[in-house]
Amino acid sequence: MSPFTLEINGHLRTVNAEPAMPLLWVLRDLLQMTGTKYGCGLGLCGACTVHLDGEAVRSCQTTAQSAVGHRIVTIEGLGPDGLHSVQKAWIAEQVPQCGYCQSGQIMTAAALLATNPAPTNTQIDNAMVGNICRCGTYFRIRKAIHRAAQEMHP
Amino acid sequence: MKISRRAFLSSSAAAGGALVLGFTLRPPHHGEIGAPSPENPFDAWVWIRPDNSYQLVLAQSEMGQGVYTALPMILAEEADLDWTRVKVVQSDFSRDTGGSGSVVNNFVPLRRAGATVRALMIAAAASAWSVPEAECVTTEGQVLHSVSGRKSTYGELVEAARRLPLPDPAQLHFKDPRQYRLIGRDTQHLDIPDKCTGTARFGLDVRLRGMVYAVIARCPAFGGTPTSFDASKALATPGVLQVFEIPARAYRVFTAGGIAVVASSTWAAIQGRNALNITWNLGPNANESTQSLRRQMQHSLAGTPAWTSELHGPDPDTIPAPTRIETVYEFPFLSHACMEPMNITMHLRGETCEVWCPSQCANRSRTVIATELRLPESAITVYTTFMGGGFGRRFQYDFQTEAAQIARHVSGPVQLVWTREDDMTHDFYRPTGMRRMRGAVDDKGRIVAWSDYLVDTAIGAFWSEPGKWKPSGDELPGDLAYPIANIRTSFSLAESAVPRAWWRSVESSFNVFAVESFIDELARAAKQDPYQFRRRLLELPPIPKGKATSDQRPFEPQRLVAVLDLAAKKGDWGKPLPPGRGRGIACTNVYAYLAQVAEVTVERGAIRVDRLVTVVDCGQVINPNGARAQLEGGAVFTLSAILKEEITVRNGAVEQQNFDGYDVLRFSDAPKFETWFIESHADPHGLGEAAVGLTAPAVANAIFAATGKRLHRMPFRMDESLT
Repeated sequence: MSPFTLEINGHLRTVNAEPAMPLLWVLRDLLQMTGTKYGCGLGLCGACTVHLDGEAVRSCQTTAQSAVGHRIVTIEGLGPDGLHSVQKAWIAEQVPQCGYCQSGQIMTAAALLATNPAPTNTQIDNAMVGNICRCGTYFRIRKAIHRAAQEMHP
Repeated sequence: MKISRRAFLSSSAAAGGALVLGFTLRPPHHGEIGAPSPENPFDAWVWIRPDNSYQLVLAQSEMGQGVYTALPMILAEEADLDWTRVKVVQSDFSRDTGGSGSVVNNFVPLRRAGATVRALMIAAAASAWSVPEAECVTTEGQVLHSVSGRKSTYGELVEAARRLPLPDPAQLHFKDPRQYRLIGRDTQHLDIPDKCTGTARFGLDVRLRGMVYAVIARCPAFGGTPTSFDASKALATPGVLQVFEIPARAYRVFTAGGIAVVASSTWAAIQGRNALNITWNLGPNANESTQSLRRQMQHSLAGTPAWTSELHGPDPDTIPAPTRIETVYEFPFLSHACMEPMNITMHLRGETCEVWCPSQCANRSRTVIATELRLPESAITVYTTFMGGGFGRRFQYDFQTEAAQIARHVSGPVQLVWTREDDMTHDFYRPTGMRRMRGAVDDKGRIVAWSDYLVDTAIGAFWSEPGKWKPSGDELPGDLAYPIANIRTSFSLAESAVPRAWWRSVESSFNVFAVESFIDELARAAKQDPYQFRRRLLELPPIPKGKATSDQRPFEPQRLVAVLDLAAKKGDWGKPLPPGRGRGIACTNVYAYLAQVAEVTVERGAIRVDRLVTVVDCGQVINPNGARAQLEGGAVFTLSAILKEEITVRNGAVEQQNFDGYDVLRFSDAPKFETWFIESHADPHGLGEAAVGLTAPAVANAIFAATGKRLHRMPFRMDESLT
């Protein structure tokens, strides 16, 4: 075990972790930040998506060590001053059912819109293909992404 | 339903001065274990507080199906509560939640409870104002006296209402549905904001002071056991605290047993498990494979069925007819693959135990935990958390039993985590099966013979007491919607050690596929349009028989015709499509009245579903927003199954481990989706499973229309082979 200092949602947090421990478990088990979800552990489902320097990454495939020195943003810190436009759009379009995958969906969508203010349906497909939802919210996610894009860049 | 004086808390201090009404919802239909405890007969409550806030205690589990909003809406409508002041909390002992039954079973009890609240408030106000009750009306949490213009909030009336006798349930009157202000209107789900900010607490999100984490190494083969294990490397793994064996539990609980690893984090527990050195005895089922099962099913199909329905006329297979067809359909084992793998958190403190459980059956969870811990049920408290999908998987109580076994070894709270691999390889799967259908049409295009011989790994055979199961028609469809004179159904069991259980829509997921595909095949045999063929059949005089819809309500063929007609219209039935594209239609009266038109493109052997148009008559819609979500979800769940999913078995174990081997429908695969409701005030039908059965035949029929190739095997592959 070694101490690591990570920048999470604008705060420096020091944790004692194995260097190989995935960021997912650092967040969930060591820091009690449970908004980021475990779904598969292999980067196949997207439930654990967080931002590393603004880019959507799978926290289950990102070791604690490799996250040092990078800006980490989780669902808890996505809208530091209230709800992010993507979260507002998710509520407006009534996206979640069980809700378990939605932190990851929202983080992926927010990263997409940060670099592409008006994505086409194909670009949305390509960005979201790695995030699984079993409840069937894909239809509403697409609407919510278009709505958020509109709100962020009218 | 019972509403008793005992529902009122006598001490205003205990209830904070609130009016508290407890009521009992209809008993669950899977009630063999976990009946409501006699010391507390109520499983749902409404609290009206003096500050005019309301709290509704939800007795069903919320797993994404929307009961967290729909059920309170029913009560709030009938009570005339101010919806903006409603708060919902989950009951400690939620009832069995499944079978699309939450709205169906609770519609009347919740309205009674709501009407009781409204009657009490009117009585309290009328008494305080010395006016006739008939001059008082309610709106949005207030009683108004129409003559004097006086008004009081429910909160202001609580103190007086608490002292009144309960109204006679027989004298309660329900609102005219045309006066509904809440029911039938798009209503935002109360649980959605927290699910967008990461603050909704699922089972895996329970965090308690001093909590440790456990994973279990289970034998990959069903029925296998550890011969020996070496834990030294596991115990040397940083963070690992304990390693011990837990035995398997057989009938009704069905746990695999194995080696438990307890650690300071989930990650450490998984690392410790990876470091275990275990020798497994693969047990008596190590020879089972998908190939051996298919051979067994093919052999049974060629032989005499173990069970056959009573014949009321001639043998359908020998009725003379100009056109006769025979076909075999096949369906695989499927995993539920809930996004949140199975898990449970337990804190055993000597003689009492607290449990945080994402479960569709908190009551039965309590019973099995009490049994395993050898404690009275009253010592166990089960909190139902939000859950990342249920789909029937969380109707089981295997992980609850495992956690109780582990908790006995651990001081302090422990969270049992199933990894995705555990979840996929130790599920209770949707059965696999084959069926042979034979049918005949006469020269007028009427179906004159229908025989359906199903061979599958029946759920009932797995869940029956050992040695007690007898072959039956339980897995077969009930009475068909179409009036067909000569029908025979038959069944044989495919023996398997693979655990099976309820999977969203259960048998409908393969029955509706077979019936509605075969109807399409018969339509082609009769050289008729598949939509018109169905329509003509449904307009024939019915053959009087009992139940049709799954909730035993009488079948109303005209409602099925109406959804079929609207689906054909909205789905552009008959309009030309370019080559390689096609439309298929299907309808069902299982769960509700539904019809769907699917539009597909088949290009270079790849199937793409472009559009699904769904029409539903589910009686009174409670929350259209949630109802649409359930239909969208049901269709995606099936598209995933028919385009992607298949569990295969080798050496007695499931081969697929994670979403790489068991891919599911992805964002880019989702078609355009439209939903249309038939407006109705008839008693509601549940929608959680209604759309699941329908999409498979609609798509198969569309693929046939696009290519001329009939697919018989799920998941669909254009180069399918049934040998």
